[in-house]
Amino acid sequence: MAEKEYIVIESGEAAQPFDYAVGMHGSKFFTELRDNKKLMGVRCPKCKMVYIPPRGVCGPCFEEMKDFVEVGPGGVIGTYTILRFAFIDPETGQQKPVPYGYGFIKLDGADTLFQHYIDIVDEKKIKVGARVEAVFADERKGTIRDILYFRVID
Amino acid sequence: MDRAAIIGIGMTKVESRKLDKTFADMAFEAVRKALDDAGMTIADIDNVITTSNDFWDGRTISCMAVGDASGASDKNISCVEGDGTFGAFYGLARTLSGSYGTTLVTGHSKGSQSVSSLITNAAFDPIYNRTLGADMITACAMQSNAYMARTGTTPEQLARVSVKNHGNAMMNENAHLGMKLTVKDVLGSEMIADPLHRLDCSPVSDGCCAIIIADEKRAKKSKKKPVWIKGVGMCADAYFLGDRDLSRSESLVKAARTAYKMAGISDPGKEIDLAEVYDAFSYQELMWLEGLGICADADAGKQLEKGSFDIPGRLPVNASGGLMGGHAVIAAGLYRIAEVVRQIRGEAGAYQAKKADTGLAHGVNGLAGQSHCVWILGKDR
Ligand SMILES: [Zn+2]
Repeated sequence: MAEKEYIVIESGEAAQPFDYAVGMHGSKFFTELRDNKKLMGVRCPKCKMVYIPPRGVCGPCFEEMKDFVEVGPGGVIGTYTILRFAFIDPETGQQKPVPYGYGFIKLDGADTLFQHYIDIVDEKKIKVGARVEAVFADERKGTIRDILYFRVID
Repeated sequence: MDRAAIIGIGMTKVESRKLDKTFADMAFEAVRKALDDAGMTIADIDNVITTSNDFWDGRTISCMAVGDASGASDKNISCVEGDGTFGAFYGLARTLSGSYGTTLVTGHSKGSQSVSSLITNAAFDPIYNRTLGADMITACAMQSNAYMARTGTTPEQLARVSVKNHGNAMMNENAHLGMKLTVKDVLGSEMIADPLHRLDCSPVSDGCCAIIIADEKRAKKSKKKPVWIKGVGMCADAYFLGDRDLSRSESLVKAARTAYKMAGISDPGKEIDLAEVYDAFSYQELMWLEGLGICADADAGKQLEKGSFDIPGRLPVNASGGLMGGHAVIAAGLYRIAEVVRQIRGEAGAYQAKKADTGLAHGVNGLAGQSHCVWILGKDR
């Protein structure tokens, strides 16, 4: 009997480019990051929670937020992982070299956790509660990659 | 509340790659099975809800592309983007509105046709998170570490979930990843993202599931004994993962409370006979069981080790093999409902629970369990 042949249609290089508006809160966040190496959060006038990244509404209170506050650049690891399997990097379309660290950082002065890379030069030091600080790029463009990663400073 | 019941279920086999089937082919197969199961024809269906996700399907308005194959020609059809349990929730609401005596609900996905890490990466916020390259596994690995750090749950306990569910899947003809494993096998499998090994992760599979919901009047005419919907609850957590305490699931606690209240359940650990929960990753089964109040906080790992959640145990969990045995994203929660229906009818064959009068089905959508839907199904009206 002849072997079955399965036919598939490939999408090829099809792409869906978008231009995402960052809004007023994003503009404040990215210009402060780029120009002054500052991390800006925003405080809810009602419950006083400080959110990072900043956004216009406190969800639980449904209140508008405009009161910007500087947070970090120090903090502690809230949780983390070390990626050991090569995923495709959406920025480049290539596999990102492994291993690398990834985590949620509780920045000083903030009530929510901030998502970014963690330097894993010393893997044993990567723990929930470890003290870290942001390392900024020398050339900053106003994107989340203006922070290179967080490094353990204990 | 007026009563409603599930009177038909249809599942395609969950497979790693259905090269011989389009989305519509899968829907047609599942819908025909559900109609046969209910002893109905498509003319007996009053309206249709399909559940799918445009990114996974690689097309806009993906749900509408399966309308014909789902028997929606000339019928009111609507769509839900999310887990199949969310589609079923909408289907139930439509049935209870009094406008439709029967509602057909489907959920489908083919994980084999795309790059799953790019699809789940796109769920992250494009301004602050997405370009850092995290995906579902990254998010869940971080949730697992947070949960384990807070509760003291161990890698061995996680591995036992994988051993149990892959083992159960060997008895389920619709699963594709039944395996006899040991804790050592799981802990020795490749580390993907600490603390998750390859065998702590469910596969990404292809499949479609269909169920038929009926109001009381129509349920009484069904071929098989109806399985009654006793309670449902649904709740979502904050979108930004950093806003949440990832080690807990507040939204699941709330969804479960709502469902229990509706079903008149005060002690879920005692009153529920079996559960099918969304074990996309090993730790999730334990975390969700605690969120569901089936066991105390930080106790699920210990209960698991005692065999409480094995098929002969006190409260079988994922007797079908759960998502570990095959994980068709989007459809997965609907498969959980269909599996609980099988158990309550006594049709689960080799993986039948001893007592199956009241069962719980659970569905999840969003990164690291952002939103949850809980169903309590029962034998008696
Ligand atoms: Zn507030």
